[in-house]
Amino acid sequence: MKRRILIKKIILYTILIIGAGFCLMPLVWLVRSSFMTTGQIFVTPPVWIPKPFKPENYKLAMTALPFGRYFLNTIIITAGNLAGVLISSSICAYSFARLRWRGRNIVFAVLMASMMLPSAVTLIPTFIGWRMLGLIDTFFPLILPAWFGGGAFNIFLLRQFYMGIPKELDEAALMDGATHFQIFTRIILPLSKPALIVVGLFTFLNTWNDFFNPLIYLNSNKNFTVALGLQSFQSMYGTQWNLLMAASTVVVIPVIIVFLIGQKYFIEGITLTGIKG
Amino acid sequence: MILKHTKKGATVEKLKHKIKTGSSIHKRETYFGVLFALPVILGLIIFTIGPMIASLVLSFTNYRGTNAIEFIGFHNYIRLFNGEDVFFYKSLKVTFYYVILSVPLSLLSAFLVALLLNQDVIKGKALFRTIYYLPSIIPAVATSMIWMWLFNPDLGLINAALSFLRLPTSNWIYAEKTVIPSLVIMSLWSVGSTMVIFLAGLQSVPRSLYEAVVVDGGNVLHKFWYVTVPMMTPIIFFNLIMGCIGAFQAFTAAFIITEGGPNNASLFYNYYLYREAFQFGQMGHASAIAWILFVILVSITAVFFKWQKSWVYYESGGQ
Repeated sequence: MKRRILIKKIILYTILIIGAGFCLMPLVWLVRSSFMTTGQIFVTPPVWIPKPFKPENYKLAMTALPFGRYFLNTIIITAGNLAGVLISSSICAYSFARLRWRGRNIVFAVLMASMMLPSAVTLIPTFIGWRMLGLIDTFFPLILPAWFGGGAFNIFLLRQFYMGIPKELDEAALMDGATHFQIFTRIILPLSKPALIVVGLFTFLNTWNDFFNPLIYLNSNKNFTVALGLQSFQSMYGTQWNLLMAASTVVVIPVIIVFLIGQKYFIEGITLTGIKG
Repeated sequence: MILKHTKKGATVEKLKHKIKTGSSIHKRETYFGVLFALPVILGLIIFTIGPMIASLVLSFTNYRGTNAIEFIGFHNYIRLFNGEDVFFYKSLKVTFYYVILSVPLSLLSAFLVALLLNQDVIKGKALFRTIYYLPSIIPAVATSMIWMWLFNPDLGLINAALSFLRLPTSNWIYAEKTVIPSLVIMSLWSVGSTMVIFLAGLQSVPRSLYEAVVVDGGNVLHKFWYVTVPMMTPIIFFNLIMGCIGAFQAFTAAFIITEGGPNNASLFYNYYLYREAFQFGQMGHASAIAWILFVILVSITAVFFKWQKSWVYYESGGQ
């Protein structure tokens, strides 16, 4: 019996470690390539330790294109999205979780259905609309929509969380003459910190990683985000794999840092929505 | 008689009063409810419903971004379906191939990993979970760069490893036959988020159900078939739908790595749409392309929802 458990353990760990290798190998390959000379990167069979070790690749890659500017742009867009999503989705979710009004269920159903809508269907008129407003190549098309509800997924997640907060709390506050706005800011919001962090993390990731919307709406180099910058770097220096990998590493690092800090919340967020989904 | 009357009158007054305050609370709730939901109501109108209708209208025009809008009836659709635009069927074929290959494979591998991680004997679950989840948060552009480099036929890691093991190498993303399977392998790298959803589901299966199987003399396979699988069907269904919707809209890899090639073998539907709309400026034509995608996705979802009745198990008898 003991032997059987041992064999089972060995098999399980072997499969899991092979899978983990599949997940980690590309990242190791990315980082090791980023520190290599062009000569060494082309050696076959490939080597794993860069020799000579070339951190200068990073300096070269970051100055070949204005990556500092790209970072600043991305931070502005991400901050604008974070603020918009957190404020508007938390208020809207309160309405769906706590207030009864005619048409609420219809609006909520439409909202949930919109999650499955392919973005292509709204893309072209939305683009034409922004162009008519003269706002192409500005950050407005990338930030403003976040202020209108902050996305169906986030509203759903927060509503789900609010519904777990005992209703007696706000009924007591109502008795004491509190307004709904006060209940929202003084009772619901402070209790919803974990859920708000989840929403914030997902919003950060989605905005930071977004490629399609910046591609559509931003034209001039000075307005590019890091994702766009990386793509234009590739089209200019595509054969200099070491520099390209250095640039990629720089774009990836903020995401990994945020993930490692907030990973507990990521898992919670998925648990909160995934099952009930 | 008088007494009775006043009594009756009083109760009526009271009732009236009750109704009045009740309805004013109700009114106030409606007021705040609509007010608080106003951002999302406006957002749905401005960014979803409005543009949807507009794109349906545009799909019947020859709008190219600069010209005056002129209605041309079903011309855009006819051109697509009669094969005048040769890329339409090609991109549909490519996309369906990708969806049919990638969705089942990613569901299976995500489910398998979640099952393994859910075993009691495994230690370091949190570490494994982090490692498996990590690739799914990497920006798609960076993922594309990394895999382009891994797939490089002459200098990439994959071919180097294969030739080291004396296995046949491949041209991966540079050959018509292998480009889609290659992109599927790449998509499997980011399967972690699906895996975590499965894992959360597995952990919420009540232990008492497994214990019941043991009491009845069942073994591991019985536990799996009669408890795990039925309890997981709603989550499998959720991931299946979301996976299909996501895979149908694949874009970034085709845009960055292959530019739809070689010889349009990776011309994903969304990339084709992007090209029509933003490179050739065919806004009307592209709107028709978008609406066809919409109809396809709605039909597939509808079929799935019908189909789920025969295999998805809901504890509470339907959600």
